[in-house]
Amino acid sequence: MKAPIFTYRRPDDLDGALALLADHAGEAQVLAGGQSLMPTLNMRLSSPGMLVDINRIASLRGIADRGEAIRVGALVRHAEVAESSLMAARIPLIALAMPHVAHMAVRNRGTTCGSLALADPSAEMPAVAVALDARIVLNKRGATRTVSARAFFQGLYQTARDDDEMITEILFPVARKNQIFGFAELSRRHGDFATVGVAVRARHIVGALDDLSVVFFGSEPAPLLSPGARDIILAADCTDTTLADAARAMTADMEPMDNQQGRGETKRKQAAVLLQRTLRDMLGRARIRSSDV
Amino acid sequence: MSERHSITLTLNGTVISAKVDARTHLADFLRQHLRLTGTHIGCEHGVCGACNVMLDGRSARSCLMLAVQADGAVIETVEGLTASGIIADLQQEFVARNALQCGYCTPGILMTATELLSRTQPNRAEIRDALSGNYCRCTGYHAIVDAIEAIATRRAEAAS
Ligand SMILES: Cc1cc2nc3c(=O)[nH]c(=O)nc-3n(C[C@H](O)[C@H](O)[C@H](O)COP(=O)(O)OP(=O)(O)OC[C@H]3O[C@@H](n4cnc5c(N)ncnc54)[C@H](O)[C@@H]3O)c2cc1C
Ligand code: FES
Ligand code: FES
Repeated sequence: MKAPIFTYRRPDDLDGALALLADHAGEAQVLAGGQSLMPTLNMRLSSPGMLVDINRIASLRGIADRGEAIRVGALVRHAEVAESSLMAARIPLIALAMPHVAHMAVRNRGTTCGSLALADPSAEMPAVAVALDARIVLNKRGATRTVSARAFFQGLYQTARDDDEMITEILFPVARKNQIFGFAELSRRHGDFATVGVAVRARHIVGALDDLSVVFFGSEPAPLLSPGARDIILAADCTDTTLADAARAMTADMEPMDNQQGRGETKRKQAAVLLQRTLRDMLGRARIRSSDV
Repeated sequence: MSERHSITLTLNGTVISAKVDARTHLADFLRQHLRLTGTHIGCEHGVCGACNVMLDGRSARSCLMLAVQADGAVIETVEGLTASGIIADLQQEFVARNALQCGYCTPGILMTATELLSRTQPNRAEIRDALSGNYCRCTGYHAIVDAIEAIATRRAEAAS
């Protein structure tokens, strides 16, 4: 099918884009990489009155080292994030997750901030942003605010962003020396959206992992940070039974959706297996690291 | 009436100008306005990869980009890559190994392979990973992987 009729605007600067969003709130939509918006237009699932193409706004480009955090502008493509040695070195969880995001041609256009704005339940970057407690910067005409990723995602395609607001950048906190990360997902075809997945951040202390941030995605309406995970401490030499019990306790926090990808309860079991494998792998890496010192 | 925009782009090495409807995507512009029908349309929602073109040196879905967004861009389609001869080795290998049957997916797959081969000497796993963005309903992929791998090896040998 073909896209419906709309007005196309391509402002050269941020103020121009924010003015269009303010003057046409509810009608105008940002066009970033187009890798999610264009399919919905072609299938006539959405019919915005105006598209505000942000691809010429130079200030939205670029990955930048801000010391405690790395800034990813709204025009940074998934491919740039994947190829950035700065990101790989300072934010290991992104390097683990990015190979699961879509396919080469889609990554060449699709933006990381666009993925946050869309808030698809199966998308990897929202889950990573929640696990890392990243900060999302929102601009509208005359105002800027910063929202924690943990407060940004509110439900199925629902976020804290207002219609006249644009995500201008995301700030990913850099990994501390004692932090270790894990990521795993299940999907029908590599590069497709996940049926269920886990993103994990933990602190590595002598002989154990603690301070766990465990995020489930794909199965939930929005990335779910497990409240139970915080209190769990995993010994480096813990048995498979202990690990299975811990995984079961954390997956009890899930509220998995029943849909064509499977029953919710199936996904809860799949998540437990993914989580056990991921934690075992992290414990292994933590042990190698402690024997280094 | 749909809004019209003037665009100028470099297509297959030639600068062209045109007037396009805002809502026309790049694949339709190439096929219907310019009669460059080598770029195929399978799904129009980004899944099949038949519409891949080279945009500023990298592969992109032409069904997920508006023609008006191509203003100022450098675009190459299978017609351009064929005429320039830079993928002649790859095309011959596809024929030799029966890496196409109906051929509907082939132009898009050639774009994926072109980008992949321009960056690394990929191994089979990397080739399969890159091909995850292209559907082929005929071949079962095996011969396609073989052809790309053979060219990766041959080009690396030629370069050394
Ligand atoms: C075949 C295929 C497979 C895919 N597989 C995956 C996958 O496995 N994992 C995954 O995560 N994604 C996947 N994607 C989606 C891809 O990652 C998208 O590119 C991404 O989700 C959206 O980014 P975009 O820049 O393309 O946004 P667009 O399509 O341009 O926009 C998407 C939505 O977000 C809004 N928006 C975009 N940027 C901003 C901004 N800065 N501020 C405010 N609103 C904004 C738009 O108005 C629109 O509503 C896939 C896409 C395709 C076509
Ligand atoms: S037609 Fe563009 S990806 Fe299928
Ligand atoms: S050769 Fe027929 S779809 Fe690939």
